[in-house]
Amino acid sequence: MTGFLDFSTPSGFWDPLRWIIVMIIALLISYYIWKRGNPKHKKGEQIKPFFSGYDAPSPEDAHIRAGNIYWGFITALKRYYAFVKSIHTGNINDYIGWYVGIMALMLIVFLLWGGA
Amino acid sequence: MMWDFLMHNSPALIIAVPLFAAFFTPVIGRFSKKAMYAWVVGAMIFTEFLVLILLYTVYTYGTQIYVFGARPYSMAIPPDSGGIPVRIIFTVDSMSVFMAFIAATVGLAGAIYSVACEKGQSGQEKYYALVLLMIVGMLGMVLTGDMFNFFVFLEINSLASAALVSYRINKGVSVEAAFKYAVVSAIGALMILFAIGILYGEYDALNMAMIASRMQFTTLDKIAMALILVTLAMKCGSIPMHFWVPDGYGKAPGAISAMLVAASQASLYGLFRMCFTVFGLAASHITLGYFLIILGLISMFVGVTMALVQHDIKRLMAYHAVSQTGYMLLGVGVGLATWGTPAFSQYGFAAMEGGIFHIINHAMYKGLLFLTAGAVIYRVGTSDLNKMGGLAHSMKYTTIFFIIGALSIAGIPPFNGYASKLMIYESVYQFNPLLAVIAMIVSILTLASFVKVFHSAFMGPKIYPDVKEVPKSMLAGMAILTFFIILFGIFPQLAITYLVQPAASALANPIGYISRVLGGGP
Repeated sequence: MTGFLDFSTPSGFWDPLRWIIVMIIALLISYYIWKRGNPKHKKGEQIKPFFSGYDAPSPEDAHIRAGNIYWGFITALKRYYAFVKSIHTGNINDYIGWYVGIMALMLIVFLLWGGA
Repeated sequence: MMWDFLMHNSPALIIAVPLFAAFFTPVIGRFSKKAMYAWVVGAMIFTEFLVLILLYTVYTYGTQIYVFGARPYSMAIPPDSGGIPVRIIFTVDSMSVFMAFIAATVGLAGAIYSVACEKGQSGQEKYYALVLLMIVGMLGMVLTGDMFNFFVFLEINSLASAALVSYRINKGVSVEAAFKYAVVSAIGALMILFAIGILYGEYDALNMAMIASRMQFTTLDKIAMALILVTLAMKCGSIPMHFWVPDGYGKAPGAISAMLVAASQASLYGLFRMCFTVFGLAASHITLGYFLIILGLISMFVGVTMALVQHDIKRLMAYHAVSQTGYMLLGVGVGLATWGTPAFSQYGFAAMEGGIFHIINHAMYKGLLFLTAGAVIYRVGTSDLNKMGGLAHSMKYTTIFFIIGALSIAGIPPFNGYASKLMIYESVYQFNPLLAVIAMIVSILTLASFVKVFHSAFMGPKIYPDVKEVPKSMLAGMAILTFFIILFGIFPQLAITYLVQPAASALANPIGYISRVLGGGP
């Protein structure tokens, strides 16, 4: 069975079991550090998060919704998204149009350069 | 005696068992729902068992041929046929049985999952009959060695899939998605039928091996090649012909979305089979290879970037399915572009192995992710991520399954997605470093996208206080796919040795395929 532990890749090898063992050790060390905690911490203090002096919003209000995640990334690629969204029309005529267009293109490509 | 019978007849039984079960399902369903569930799941377990027998047979004895109506069943060319294999022949090499294993496993998981998920729905007899017919279509497509038979199974697969997409009418939205899928599939199938007609007119044969051996590569052949390859590229969901994918996957019931992944992969198999076996000996490998590579690159990048902006959980996952198909096209495309050159043995074959390994990995983790999405929708009644949150509090097992699937699709070790992506990165890097860099960026974006889903659906405060974990049969369906994700992640060499390497070798050896059917081969 040891043969199945040696996964040869094109340029080297990958050993998932050793990786898992290392990860378990790292997690155990992390757990030990977390378990020790901060001895200076007093119960009842440091419960509320600091929110620039304002009252922190409730967890329900603080939960970021899917539509707001990666706003910066999407805004930075605004022009790209404007284009790719414009071709996703949801219209079946366009679906067939793209299919026929690619078919025509590949017909030309294969007729010109398809042979060995 | 029984073992010999099963071994010899497994290619036919793999089709016959779910087909027979499909037609009897409505009859049994009229008497007892529980008996119907047992019947459907039993048929799928038996089909999986037959696929495992065939897997063993092909691995041990090499490519199997099964000639319908012939005695002996392996007599491909009857003495009075003028040297033409006139009967329907199933030609099962390692690539075919590899795909059959995927279809049967995902089908089994989907059937078990459906038992609880579709319990409250009406028309279940029709649902299960169509599920079994869909599996027949997938299995037939990957096992057959006959072009017209391939078309017939493609149609069975497409029609059953379209009907299942519209199973939950969903205020007409699902019906619209199914209509689009049906129109696209019907036009595609018509083009394939036209191409088969061209090839039949030229070579008097429908058998793939016979057509390949007689291929003159005339202008008509090039037209047939374009019709077939572009249609199959569309059917496997490659960009820019992928538009039906988010509609169809997004609106189908959870189990059907998972099975649609395997159904699309049957078309991907068809694409690879045509590129290597039917046209491979005559066509330009570079042109075909770059055709796959370019489609793969565009699919990877556009798929993942479109996924990032979705807020419908299943539509998001559907775009990821498109993106992941790109990896398979890229890996096998590099193999095809280098085929017949020294580079093929240096890295081209490894790229093919990576692409083929990714097929099975994708079927398992994407299937799992669709099942988890179905579980979430089953409980909260919406697919809108903006309306979800805090489900990890009450759906602990579903959350764990989702995390495993998400880490796997993002290529995080030690799950199976990492193993196949590592092979693709390393081999494709030697072909062109830029392609490998793009593939890695796509993986990062994939991770980002699933972090968004995890945060939106599972993290945060409890929004649905009454939600509880899904029934056990749904968890069992997810567990089957999770088992393979972990198995192939921790022991990738197991999959490589018994499934992937033989499949890649078979695909890259059209002479062996042809000679096995027409005689002279092992």
